[in-house]
Amino acid sequence: MQDAAVATPSTSARAGMRIGENIRVIGRNLFPFLVVAVIWEIIARLEVFSRRLFPTLEEIFSSLYRLTVAGILPMHAFETVLRLLSGFAIAAVIGVTIGVLMARSRRAEDIFLPLVSILAPIPGLAYAPLFLLWFGLGNFPAVLLVGFVSMFPIIFNSWTGVKAVKEIWVRSAQAMGADDKRLFRYVILPGALPYILTGMRLGLAQAWRVLVAVEMLAAVPWGLGWLIFGAREMLNTDVMMAGILLIGVIGLLLEKLVFEKIERYTVVRWGMITA
Amino acid sequence: MPLIEVDDVSLAYDTPAGRVQGVLGATFNMEESEFLCLVGPSGCGKSTLLNIIAGFLTPTGGEIRIGGKKVSGHGMDRGVVFQDFAQLFPWRTALGNVAFGLEMKGMGKEEREEIALQQLKLVKLEKFANSYPHHLSGGMQQRVAIARALAYNPAVLLMDEPFAALDAMTRDDMQRLLADVWKTTGKTIIYVTHNVAEAVYLADRVIVMTPHPGTVKAEIPIMLPRPRDPLSLEFLEHQKQLLNYLGQGTSKAA
Repeated sequence: MQDAAVATPSTSARAGMRIGENIRVIGRNLFPFLVVAVIWEIIARLEVFSRRLFPTLEEIFSSLYRLTVAGILPMHAFETVLRLLSGFAIAAVIGVTIGVLMARSRRAEDIFLPLVSILAPIPGLAYAPLFLLWFGLGNFPAVLLVGFVSMFPIIFNSWTGVKAVKEIWVRSAQAMGADDKRLFRYVILPGALPYILTGMRLGLAQAWRVLVAVEMLAAVPWGLGWLIFGAREMLNTDVMMAGILLIGVIGLLLEKLVFEKIERYTVVRWGMITA
Repeated sequence: MPLIEVDDVSLAYDTPAGRVQGVLGATFNMEESEFLCLVGPSGCGKSTLLNIIAGFLTPTGGEIRIGGKKVSGHGMDRGVVFQDFAQLFPWRTALGNVAFGLEMKGMGKEEREEIALQQLKLVKLEKFANSYPHHLSGGMQQRVAIARALAYNPAVLLMDEPFAALDAMTRDDMQRLLADVWKTTGKTIIYVTHNVAEAVYLADRVIVMTPHPGTVKAEIPIMLPRPRDPLSLEFLEHQKQLLNYLGQGTSKAA
């Protein structure tokens, strides 16, 4: 928008067209939300459920605003994201390491593959009670559980990705004098990157889901999961809705701002996947 | 002493249908700066032989010597260009691909990029130095692959049907370009092809191979002056001679 304001007359027409195009795209994406909002509002106003249990949009957004300005919502969100990223960082490092090991060593594959195959399909939340019993309440079990659960898609995809690295790249690199160490760093890792990124994306989605749930159980003092759970006691459905909306927005931002950016800068730019 | 000695090289491997003699007793020598073509139908062992010379396969009999030294495994005395366009690293620019071998040698960034740019000039792609492979056409990608294999100055360049997947017009351009590159660099080249006209256009000497088992059938020097005219009578005569050898080879196999 600012670009258009400073553009010369000859380019401003084109900028105007681009803005028009952008508005259309935004409109198309917003439309389904508008429909849902209208239906929501109708149900709330008709008082199909009690107003306390089914607040109007106005109440939800005023709670959202009130809690945000008071710094309560940002604090909850900050704590949650911090836990998410700590757990995810652990998962990324260990997951990629195990996945690559499995692909490069037959023995590692024989050891890890059966374990991973059994553990991966179990819903993350099923592990939660165990983790709470072993590691107590609070941050530690929450972060550990997030790391544990989000590790599996990362392992699987790193393993597949390294196996999918084209033989001809390996041969070319070897012919040009790459030893095993540099073959790994300059060929195997970038060659497997499309899969590794997919694994991380899936892992982060898993992490996000299990974290919100485990925050309800682990009695952490702050966190969006805890906020929603706590608000239930007081029948503060507007606060619950505010928390749920924020969870959605943060998930979307992580996807759009982090993963799409990384992909666009790497595998898309290299033509290894289409945008 | 010849630069390259292929000494009674054989390679047999087992398949569900039994033991197959991929290459049997291949023997020939090469002088420095010679352009040698290995020609034959598919299954004659020409690519297998090239892969043995490259060190990707270990022969079950005989040996290969380069500069008197026995070849074992791959090494930087040989540069390889494959048929598959996908051989370039998609995550590196054309320049980054060409500089790869020099980087493996431990050369500094500035120096290796300067050399890589010279190599790209040699194949007339200096304008595309910063392009990623997926933005280049098939012919351009193969030119980058040639520059990449030449950049670290190997003693011999091994080419496995590098232009076979290109359309006919691009292939003609590539052959002319390769002839120029060879003239400029004086590189020793072993070039595998099933295309007889291509062999006559490029080679100093053609080694004809026939399948079942893969053996060297004939060695034919091509003494035509360069640049060669594919429509001249002598050119067509050579082509006919090669086709005769190959025709006999296939009828014997059938």
